[in-house]
Amino acid sequence: MRRAELLMAIALAIFSVYLMWKSAELPIGWIPDEGPGGGAFPFWLSAAMLVCSVWVIVRWFRQITPQSRSSEPFFDSRAQAMILLVVGALTLMVGSIHFIGVYGAVPLFFVFYMRFLGQHSWAKTLTIAIAAPVVTFFFFEILLHITLPKGYTEPLFYPLYDIFM
Amino acid sequence: MKLTSKPLILHFMLIAAAAVFATNAVAAGWQPKKPVEFVIMAGPGGGADKMARLMQTIIEKHNFSPKPFIPVNKPGGSGAEALVHLKSKTGDNHTVMVTLNSFYTTPLRQPKLGINSLDYTPIARMAEDTFLLWVHKDSGIKSLDDFVAAAKAKGGDWIMAGTGKGQEDELLTNFLNSTYGLKIKYVPFKGGGRVAKELAGKHANSTVNNPSEQLGFFQAGDTVALAAFTADRLPMFPDVPTFTELGHKYVYYMQRSVVGTPGMSAEAAEFYRDVFAKVYDSDEWQEYKKKKSLLGDFLTGDELKAYWTNEIANHKQMLKDIGEIK
Amino acid sequence: MEILQLLLDGFVVALQPTNLFLVIVGCAVGLFIGAMPGLGSVNGVAILLPVTFIVPPTSAIIFLAAIYYGAMYGGAISSIMLGIPGASTAVATTFDGRPLAIQGMADKALVAAAVASFAGGTISVILFTGFAPPLAHVALAFGSAEEFALMMLAFGTFIGLGGDDIPKTLISIFIGLILSSVGLDILSGQPRLIFGDIPGFFHGINFLVLAIGIYGIGEILWTIESSRGEVSVSQAVVTVRRILGSLKELLKSAKTILMGSLLGYFVGLLPAAGATPGSIMAYGFAKTMSKNPDSYGKGNIDGVAAPESANNAASTGSMLPMLTLGIPGSPTTAILLGGMVIWGLEPGPRLFVEQTEFVWGLIASLYVANFFSIVLNIAFIPIFIWVLKLSFTILAPIIFVLCVVGGYAPTQDMHDVWLMLLFGVVGYLMRKLDYPMAPMVLAIVLGPLAESSLRQALLQSHGSMLVFFERPISGPIMVFALLLFLMPAIKAGKKMITRRLQKVP
Repeated sequence: MRRAELLMAIALAIFSVYLMWKSAELPIGWIPDEGPGGGAFPFWLSAAMLVCSVWVIVRWFRQITPQSRSSEPFFDSRAQAMILLVVGALTLMVGSIHFIGVYGAVPLFFVFYMRFLGQHSWAKTLTIAIAAPVVTFFFFEILLHITLPKGYTEPLFYPLYDIFM
Repeated sequence: MKLTSKPLILHFMLIAAAAVFATNAVAAGWQPKKPVEFVIMAGPGGGADKMARLMQTIIEKHNFSPKPFIPVNKPGGSGAEALVHLKSKTGDNHTVMVTLNSFYTTPLRQPKLGINSLDYTPIARMAEDTFLLWVHKDSGIKSLDDFVAAAKAKGGDWIMAGTGKGQEDELLTNFLNSTYGLKIKYVPFKGGGRVAKELAGKHANSTVNNPSEQLGFFQAGDTVALAAFTADRLPMFPDVPTFTELGHKYVYYMQRSVVGTPGMSAEAAEFYRDVFAKVYDSDEWQEYKKKKSLLGDFLTGDELKAYWTNEIANHKQMLKDIGEIK
Repeated sequence: MEILQLLLDGFVVALQPTNLFLVIVGCAVGLFIGAMPGLGSVNGVAILLPVTFIVPPTSAIIFLAAIYYGAMYGGAISSIMLGIPGASTAVATTFDGRPLAIQGMADKALVAAAVASFAGGTISVILFTGFAPPLAHVALAFGSAEEFALMMLAFGTFIGLGGDDIPKTLISIFIGLILSSVGLDILSGQPRLIFGDIPGFFHGINFLVLAIGIYGIGEILWTIESSRGEVSVSQAVVTVRRILGSLKELLKSAKTILMGSLLGYFVGLLPAAGATPGSIMAYGFAKTMSKNPDSYGKGNIDGVAAPESANNAASTGSMLPMLTLGIPGSPTTAILLGGMVIWGLEPGPRLFVEQTEFVWGLIASLYVANFFSIVLNIAFIPIFIWVLKLSFTILAPIIFVLCVVGGYAPTQDMHDVWLMLLFGVVGYLMRKLDYPMAPMVLAIVLGPLAESSLRQALLQSHGSMLVFFERPISGPIMVFALLLFLMPAIKAGKKMITRRLQKVP
């Protein structure tokens, strides 16, 4: 926890420097007769954020915040494994939407999550894994006319469009 | 690389489905296979958005297309986002876009985008929107001469509210400044409705709104039109002279056009041209054009492209004049 | 009593069988759309717009108004049940609604939200009925300087919402404000903070992307960690008696609801402000005025009632500038405005004179829609509670999928889904280190309004800051906002003085 607090503050400080540099692409000063330039708002806010990040770091050295005194680990190993697994699965799901579309990725995600993390029965898992995309299709595509990404599975949907639209 | 070969079974399904559901598509050539993405190069509530939704409604009401048109607003970066989006879909047959004059100005002002407006498939010019010079009734200004005198007296304190930066409203303001030796201050706002309100609330001294944006206040008698940036007087404002009549030949319109992705197939382009020709001829569209003082005939294909080429050259010059580009 | 006669005529229109049917269907559809994270009234209204071409304009606007109302009620459902604000208007509802749900009192929070929404809606419709045209003038008097002063007031009211750690709260506010400036700088027309030249940043960072990331993904990760992925979110029960009991308890919140409704309505009236600042300010004021401000954020029922009454009142309020000035106060009213154009109606000061059937039919249907929304909402509460009882390993993937789809729907861009995932994970890590998240989410909503109104006002005044204090409306608001900002310092100073005084003798 102690190390994480410092790392986060340093990361935020670096991020704010990057933001200042990026904001400086537009004028950051006071334009006479007009007020602040286009980059001023993000630039000075980033500068203030940098000051606050340094403030956090200073307090870390002086051990003022509870986090900077805590010797507990940021993650206990079991939580860490669980979080990594879930974040990994989420990333994979979002990534695979580009290829197999929402209707391919979502059922796979349900199977993984319910069957392997939740240890639900196959019957329950498959019911939801199949029902979810069907409900999504009718609610979003047919009722609300919002097309969700389909990747390479797009042609499979042409007949469905012909029937329902 | 796109997958082009479909499984055989799918072909059968497609054929079967087509046979069952082929309604009025007998003689037609290319038809959309899925909902058409109808990109709007502006945010909700603006002139382009209202028109796009009207077009969508007309298409749906009269069944001009077997698949629905689904509007998606992409106002980011004065239309840069929409232009880049269409470019990234080069060759796609299910995406069309409603554009306005930022179709020319945005690629000119942001050369980094690497966009050439002429790459896009010309589908239809549905109308040209008009501009008038407006002031508040309480200012007592009745004519352009009064306006010039009043604005001159106030110098840099005369405020013109407009939409966007380096776009139509500012180009017109610059015309007034350079032609009549004024120092009008231009303040950009988000959306024409907001601009109209700035004038009605007397937070700004003048605007160059489209008639559709000022109509409500005009009819209530709150605002007055002084002069029109059109070639002839508008039927709705018969007493308002044009700038040409007043001695300066200056005409400016806002295109309301529909374009397709770059490299759209000829058959698909033909389908969309047909759809929008029907929309243009519909009573609803003609009625709307009349009510909102819109001009401009239906243009398509090479004629539309020639029109664009000309407009791009004009805008390049105008942007140079205000120092937005070199 | 001309107004009453007109209103009565309006009710005759609104209660015709077709219109009544449309109201009920609209409320139900709106309720479900609103309850989905990522989808709000704007989606429902936009999608059903073309449908309305086949019915007369009055029926059409009645239908759309019903969806609008239904969705406003529905927004609270996702805030309370999932902790994800479905729309920016429902952010403040999560602050206390979510803790209540975790404590197993989701039904109480839902009832409070429904009743507060009903009260807010009704009070504002009554105000609308009585004073629409004069209030339009108030809206007109608000220019950029007044708008900026109002934003400062909103910032002032939520200064007390952060955590105890001052630098971390400030960092959270700054990140929100900086993220809100991504996209286009309206005043110079230049793209700004386009990270890595990715075109997805051109449209800026949508509030929903951040909110769904932090409150959806981040919250579930938080729950997974703290519960080791096994415990269900809450043990909620629902019975008719409990609902009646909650209704009775709500009487105590009457003052808060009244305050929220009035505040929400007046803020909603102002063009460009809309329902979000209204609901945030109502929450902030309720907390400031409360005898027990520390209970806010931990499951105080007033913390649900205040923003919910305000956001419904504001959505009625924002119809006023739409109808009388043609200016949309929110994305939804922007679409409704488009609808009016399609039906051939010209918004503007003359609408109330020339289209009485339309205007009063709409107003009457607001009363009717309000009534059906609360009935449907309370009737559906058992269903929503049932969802909460699902095992966590079923609920979690459902929420994740809702987040992904909800993050995609508003802009239809996968870029936003990736961004949402990033915000979710980073937000979760920051939250673990006690960085408060609410200020960030509020800042991203208010940031763009504050910046553009500040700079527009300065352009008009040639860069003179005095403009905010000289004008008759913005001046007092600004002073009041500054007082709110100084409040913590004043309080600290007072404490110090009293301590000193105690020491001296």
